Amino acid sequence: MKALIDSFLIMLGKTPVRPDHYTPEAEAMLAAKRTPEAREERKRLIAEEKVTKHKNHFWRNWRWVSIITVNLLFVLSYRMDIQVVEGALTGSRFVGFHMADLNSALQVMLAYKHVLINLVIGTSTILFVWWLFGGRSFCAWVCPYHLLAELVEQLHLKLAAKGLVKDHPLHRATRTVLYVIFVLLAVITGYTVFEFISPVGILSRAFTYGFSLALLWVTFLLGVELFYSRRFWCRYICPIGLTYGVVGAFSPVRVTYDMEKCLHEGECRKVCMVPHVLSMTRIGYAQDVHMDIGADCTRCGMCIEVCPSKALKFEIKGLSKLL
Amino acid sequence: MSMFFGKSSVDSDERRRFLRSALLGSAIAAASLLGFLPVVKRWSKRLRPPGALVEHEFLAACIKCGQCVQVCPVKAIHLADATDGYGLGVPFIEARVQACDFSCDALQCTLACPTGALSHSLSTKEQVRMGLARVSNPDSCLARQGKGFKGPARGADFPGIHRYAEIDRWKAIPLADHPYDLESCDLCVRECPIKGAIVMKPMSDDVSDRRRTPQVTADCTGCGMCAMICPAEDSVITIEPRAVWRA
Repeated sequence: MKALIDSFLIMLGKTPVRPDHYTPEAEAMLAAKRTPEAREERKRLIAEEKVTKHKNHFWRNWRWVSIITVNLLFVLSYRMDIQVVEGALTGSRFVGFHMADLNSALQVMLAYKHVLINLVIGTSTILFVWWLFGGRSFCAWVCPYHLLAELVEQLHLKLAAKGLVKDHPLHRATRTVLYVIFVLLAVITGYTVFEFISPVGILSRAFTYGFSLALLWVTFLLGVELFYSRRFWCRYICPIGLTYGVVGAFSPVRVTYDMEKCLHEGECRKVCMVPHVLSMTRIGYAQDVHMDIGADCTRCGMCIEVCPSKALKFEIKGLSKLL
Repeated sequence: MSMFFGKSSVDSDERRRFLRSALLGSAIAAASLLGFLPVVKRWSKRLRPPGALVEHEFLAACIKCGQCVQVCPVKAIHLADATDGYGLGVPFIEARVQACDFSCDALQCTLACPTGALSHSLSTKEQVRMGLARVSNPDSCLARQGKGFKGPARGADFPGIHRYAEIDRWKAIPLADHPYDLESCDLCVRECPIKGAIVMKPMSDDVSDRRRTPQVTADCTGCGMCAMICPAEDSVITIEPRAVWRA
């Protein structure tokens, strides 16, 4: 329970801290890891891995296939009339079943102040689906903005490596504050204020229904991410991410951490969009020898790909027990 | 609050990060508020699809998904751009370009709407009230001049489509493919999908006077078919969105 609350607070903006106590196993393992011999051994392994490691994009490739497929299905359902998933990411019908984006549905209900039956059906379906698949896996596996931002991020990192741009991080609580603001704005104004600037809705509609001036806003956001602040929107702003993060806190699909295998070199945190969820990979930050990665995790799998010692892996809670 | 700032909350890096967050966060909130302007100033008074709730409720209830766009058999419905502010992604109809002619019979757009922003309470096209047709430009009216009309209503290049019950009950065809030869122009009445919503009235008691004037009645749904079909350069009839009938 405490771990869940902490995972929530970290998602809302809390800076992860060292735990005040460890489980006996973790304590023993930590002591073993802190001997000079163990340190030397880790250094040797890290140096070795720098030579032998080769790039692995297994999960990323599947993720890109997923994002493109889902968004293409939306487009083709209309353009080619294949009618698989009609509408946009904000609201749709999947072979006839209502689906509604959780954040869009929330905005609509707060602004309109009615409980809409179809929307409740659509929201429940989506709630179940994303509870099952891991909450923010929506971000990494479906969101079209995520894909664009990911490509821009690679460019940003290249420019940053050349010293041409510098990342300007924001406080992560910015997203929490904005979330509250957008909720209040919807209630007070009676308009779905956030939808006006949501790059997810803008992109999804543009794919299916054609060009929109609102795409300039999306371009501007990508520009901010390229030149000023790495993954600005997804990290510090997007309320959709927070909504799905809450769902993901209870999800059976998650990335898990095995302290024993970890070399604590921090490659995973370097590639991660939400590195605060990987704070336990710093030596002395893991309370237990096996831990679940926090709610804010998008299940993108980049940490798994980059981890040389397989200390991180996907797990489906309950399934491993069942098998 | 200290847990949100960590131990180094006093050092200047942290302070700069906080300021940056406050500034950019406010900028995002401010950007989202820009959508107010077009709505409050009513920069565009849109004709909404059948069953639309009153405007401010409609903008709130619409989830901006475009499912109504997808089901419309005459492709009359489009989604508004960012220039509509909070109307971004909200459906509208440009009647003169492509009117709703109730080709679908069962009001497919209202059935497709997942939120009821297009009210599900309508069951027939006669119940629809999108607005009202107005004879806004009577001087151009051919009927009022006692003239007939020959050829396709809006010229050979006009892309708009319409379902002619007498040709194919289920398929809309381009207006350009359906030329007329009328002794006295009555296109607005002829193609009106609602019986009696618009009628031609003689302009004098003299039976030899061929002049007629179109008259909109309380049955008008505001679908805009008359505005689309009108062959006059500037349509004689315009649709006033959301206008209600007053006797």
